[in-house]
Amino acid sequence: MIETNALSKRYGDTVVVDGVTLSLPAAEVTAIIGPNGAGKSTFLSMIARLLSIDTGTAHVCGMDVAKAPSDALALKLAVLRQDNQIVARLTVRDLVGFGRFPHSRGRLTGEDRAMVEEAIGFLGLQDFAERYLDELSGGQRQRAFVAMVLAQDTQTILLDEPLNNLDIRHAVAMMRLVRRAADELGKTIVVVLHDINFAAAYADRIVAMKNGRVAVEGRVEDVVTETIIGEIFGIEASIRQVDDQIVCLFRR
Amino acid sequence: MDDALRLDERRAAARPIAPPSKPRRSAIRENGVILAGLGALALVSCVLFMTIDARGAWGFVLPFRGAKLAAMLLVGHAIAVSTILFQTISANRILTPSIMGFDAFYGLIQTVLVFFAGAAFAAALDPKLLFTVETITLIGFASLLYGTLLSTGARDIHRLLLSGVILGVLFRSVSGLMQRLIDPTEFVVVQDRLFASFNSVDTTLLGISAIVIAVVTLAVIRMLPVLDVLALGREPAISLGIEHRRMVLIVLGIVASFVAVSTALVGPVAFFGLLVASLARVLVGSREHAATILAASLLAAIALVAGQTILERVLGFDAVLGMVVEFIGGIVFLVLLLKRGTA
Repeated sequence: MIETNALSKRYGDTVVVDGVTLSLPAAEVTAIIGPNGAGKSTFLSMIARLLSIDTGTAHVCGMDVAKAPSDALALKLAVLRQDNQIVARLTVRDLVGFGRFPHSRGRLTGEDRAMVEEAIGFLGLQDFAERYLDELSGGQRQRAFVAMVLAQDTQTILLDEPLNNLDIRHAVAMMRLVRRAADELGKTIVVVLHDINFAAAYADRIVAMKNGRVAVEGRVEDVVTETIIGEIFGIEASIRQVDDQIVCLFRR
Repeated sequence: MDDALRLDERRAAARPIAPPSKPRRSAIRENGVILAGLGALALVSCVLFMTIDARGAWGFVLPFRGAKLAAMLLVGHAIAVSTILFQTISANRILTPSIMGFDAFYGLIQTVLVFFAGAAFAAALDPKLLFTVETITLIGFASLLYGTLLSTGARDIHRLLLSGVILGVLFRSVSGLMQRLIDPTEFVVVQDRLFASFNSVDTTLLGISAIVIAVVTLAVIRMLPVLDVLALGREPAISLGIEHRRMVLIVLGIVASFVAVSTALVGPVAFFGLLVASLARVLVGSREHAATILAASLLAAIALVAGQTILERVLGFDAVLGMVVEFIGGIVFLVLLLKRGTA
């Protein structure tokens, strides 16, 4: 469960996130969509305590992210940002092992190692487990980072554009994984997505942001409509129902 | 990601999850042979330094050389560890505290003291008290200056490097200006303090330096797992529950203490840290700080003690170790810079 109250962030005179009040229910997948510069990533970063909050509050699992101890939050909340560059030379297994740090403070137990292997398996990284990160393709590295986030085993997971660098096959696999984590493990997942169709296909709930505010928020079928998408992105879009799935087409 | 695509089938088959991998050995054990070899080399260097060409009474030779040896070991350790720690928090393999102007700032503190209080006053003060005050000042300013630079998530290496170089030049220039303005006899006092070398180690501060280094090293050992997480970068570290800003400030304080010790004992050594830190990573990797720090510290001891032995006893001329170290270190710096540029 994530709750924000009048959450705002400004840089100088520019308001990037403008009084966002949201309540995202547990065990659901929420997709945040919106044009570039809508404040999606900034909003996510504030909930994840990566950015300081100017005004307003954010609570994750009942903990105030600005006040709760960071190590206690790390047991409830994991976050993956877009560009991850690590100077240390680590293998995939080393990296995923770091996901267990909040639980074991650097001394992996047998249970920790089992969780690490499980996460590596979930992302199909068994064959790369001993490879160094700098020897992997962008997509493989991206999956290694997601495996680390999974190994952290938190109730809430925030993913900022997890489909970056992934081809369509791995993008679908990633979103299925997200879906499964919510359905089977009851995780609360918030994903920033650029592709409306991925959001429509896999999310329970969509938050559409524009100019730092929440433009629309609700179930997929209530948000992905021609008027709303057209208004938010400033494009002409056709929304169709294909095999009980909502798809968005962009007119030439 | 074949398996991930077939997750549902996998679950239907109720396949048990992958068995836990066998515990991976710690980086220290994994590189046990290399580390033991380095340790042995360091020990041999120390023995040779103490014994070769020892003329006259042992009662004189041993304490005399012993003090010098102790200073070299302390300084080597301080420079090696401070460089690795600084590179961890700046997420960068090119910067060293010295390139970032830490030791120039230490020099500025000393010059300012003589400039405003006079050499007589500075000389009358207890050197240990003076050293403590200077170290605390350095820690304070380093936290203020570099703390803001690093904790704002400055991932821009070029800006960081440029800021460091400019700060270093600024500190050196201000020191230089003040040294020209003061009385020549007072200048000699400053010079004496700033231009120590491995040949003229300031032995009055050996005791307190050893204590500072012991305390700070203990702090580093306690922080080892946290350091490994800090090396992942700011955002992953925060996500894993590290209070990043606080940790960066603590590490900066540790780095400043190490720099104060090494600068007080032998003066500024710009590229030495870069040399041993890079070499240590080549030898034992960078997965765990425990192994990297240990290797770098041993390498520093070998380089200083063996180098000094060879120069003093074998080649028979003095005072060039610093130069040799800087020369090789400078080349390593250029190689790293060029490699990064093409990567």
